[in-house]
Amino acid sequence: MTNFDLNGRTVSVHSSDDTPLLWVIRDELRLTGTKFGCGIGFCGACTVHVEGRATRSCITPVGAVGGAKITTIEGLDPEGKHPLQTAWLELQVPQCGYCQSGQIMQAATLLKDYPHPSDRDINAVMAGNVCRCMTYPRIRKAIKLAASRMQGAANHG
Amino acid sequence: MIRSLSIAALVAALLGVSGIWLLSLRAAIPTIEPPAKNTFSAASVSRGEALAAAGHCASCHTRPGGPELAGGFPVNTPFGIIYGTNITPDPKTGIGLWSLEAFGRAMREGVSRDGSHLFPAFPYYAFTKLSDDDVQALYAYLMTRPAVSAQVPPDTLPFPLKIRAFQEGWKVLFFRSGRYHPDPSKIDQWNRGAYLAEAVADCAGCHTPRNSLGAEKTNKAYAGAVIDGWIAPALTAANPSPIPWTEEELFTYLRAGASPLHGATAATMTDVIHGSLALPIVPDSDVRAIALYFSDMDDANARGAGIEATTREALATSALDSRQEQDPDADIYVSACISCHYNAGPVPLSARPELALNSALTASEPTNFIQAVLKGVGDKEGAPGLVMPEYASALNDGEIARVAAYLRRTRTIHPPWPDLEAKVAAIRRQSATR
Repeated sequence: MTNFDLNGRTVSVHSSDDTPLLWVIRDELRLTGTKFGCGIGFCGACTVHVEGRATRSCITPVGAVGGAKITTIEGLDPEGKHPLQTAWLELQVPQCGYCQSGQIMQAATLLKDYPHPSDRDINAVMAGNVCRCMTYPRIRKAIKLAASRMQGAANHG
Repeated sequence: MIRSLSIAALVAALLGVSGIWLLSLRAAIPTIEPPAKNTFSAASVSRGEALAAAGHCASCHTRPGGPELAGGFPVNTPFGIIYGTNITPDPKTGIGLWSLEAFGRAMREGVSRDGSHLFPAFPYYAFTKLSDDDVQALYAYLMTRPAVSAQVPPDTLPFPLKIRAFQEGWKVLFFRSGRYHPDPSKIDQWNRGAYLAEAVADCAGCHTPRNSLGAEKTNKAYAGAVIDGWIAPALTAANPSPIPWTEEELFTYLRAGASPLHGATAATMTDVIHGSLALPIVPDSDVRAIALYFSDMDDANARGAGIEATTREALATSALDSRQEQDPDADIYVSACISCHYNAGPVPLSARPELALNSALTASEPTNFIQAVLKGVGDKEGAPGLVMPEYASALNDGEIARVAAYLRRTRTIHPPWPDLEAKVAAIRRQSATR
């Protein structure tokens, strides 16, 4: 049995320690915003936050995150209004949408580390998040929009 | 002639064995009534607690998930498994009936209360340097812990190694009893660090290579060694880190488990930090003292001048990505590693361990790199809150070999690691049997 914090509430799960965190989140805890893509940490669809940092949940065993704070797309913002989420909506980023929760979770870590990301920063940090619909230009635009708004909020806050 | 020679050899062997046997005899020290907890002063108990933390007693004397200090942790030695003993004051299964004299003899001479020899998996050869006051403080701390009744499994050493009397031979060869003597040419902080490293924390226990009989090679002190399938790096000038381990970097690393210019800890060192040196009971001044001692050992503070340039060069390689690079081996790095390990500069972020500055890539063997990729880093390991997924099921041996070769080629100035794929396979096999 493993305990951890999921989106602000403590959960106890029964999956064995070597079960990928992704399956625990989707199948045992029934939060399906996080997606299964490649299963080998190469596409980014399964990205969640562990202690506030983007992590590929498909190859992270649940035993490795006992006691940690896990955040999924459902918990990124209580009202689903994280600046990245609103920018995503405004710019109509998704096409099929399958990779988007992973993209947003990864982008949130990017902006935490680099509040004014250069194209090079975006290329590097987002490189492991694949979009088969090729929405990359819109993803980049949305990241920059969110970055400018977060900066503005920080200045006026 | 041959017959008389062999008789002589037999007699000599018998004399040798019985000589060791005779030498090995130690008197039992009588049991005592368990001392009442209030016989120990609070100051002494708290001093003992800090020493027990810095000496990470609990890491070998606490079974995973078990009651603290009640023993049962399997210590893997090349000779078999030895289980850490119960050092709570339980009268039957712990050390409740041990006098201070018996405890001191065990700590500093490696002899149990009943007169039998302890195996050097217990580093009495380091603890022999402890001062009388510190032995007393450790005794006070342990005797005031909650008593836990817990039997420890028997060790798995094969015959004849399991015969404790033979430890006398080991002691004759390798053990020198004696307290720590401060070096008068050094400042107090240095001597405190030396004392903590040599007498309390036994840093040499992992960082000094051992001979075939399990004794530290004193002529290769802190030259680096293999421990639990990982390499404990050299702490001498042979240390492979691109950035010298200055007092400040070492202090940050030993206190927090990670430093921006060296990366995060892993494996056995995780316990030494998070179960020991990072504990609030261990004063900052003690961790600083250890940091000073080892930064002096390889003259790191004097080599601090090149740090900025080395960091700049390292970060230039962090920018390599798929869009700029034609290297066919970059693909795995770009898909799996760069999102967490990229650094924009001017200095790397602690939460983004910079591979070009990491000794896992600059070491002469790829062991630590391969281990980290295969096993990842859990949230209780490494730096707090920093998790690395495990790639054992995601990447095959050839792929791990490729990414290792790519990073070694692009992030370091060192020659390629030979036989990479075979080494990945060997480490994978070894992990499966653990």
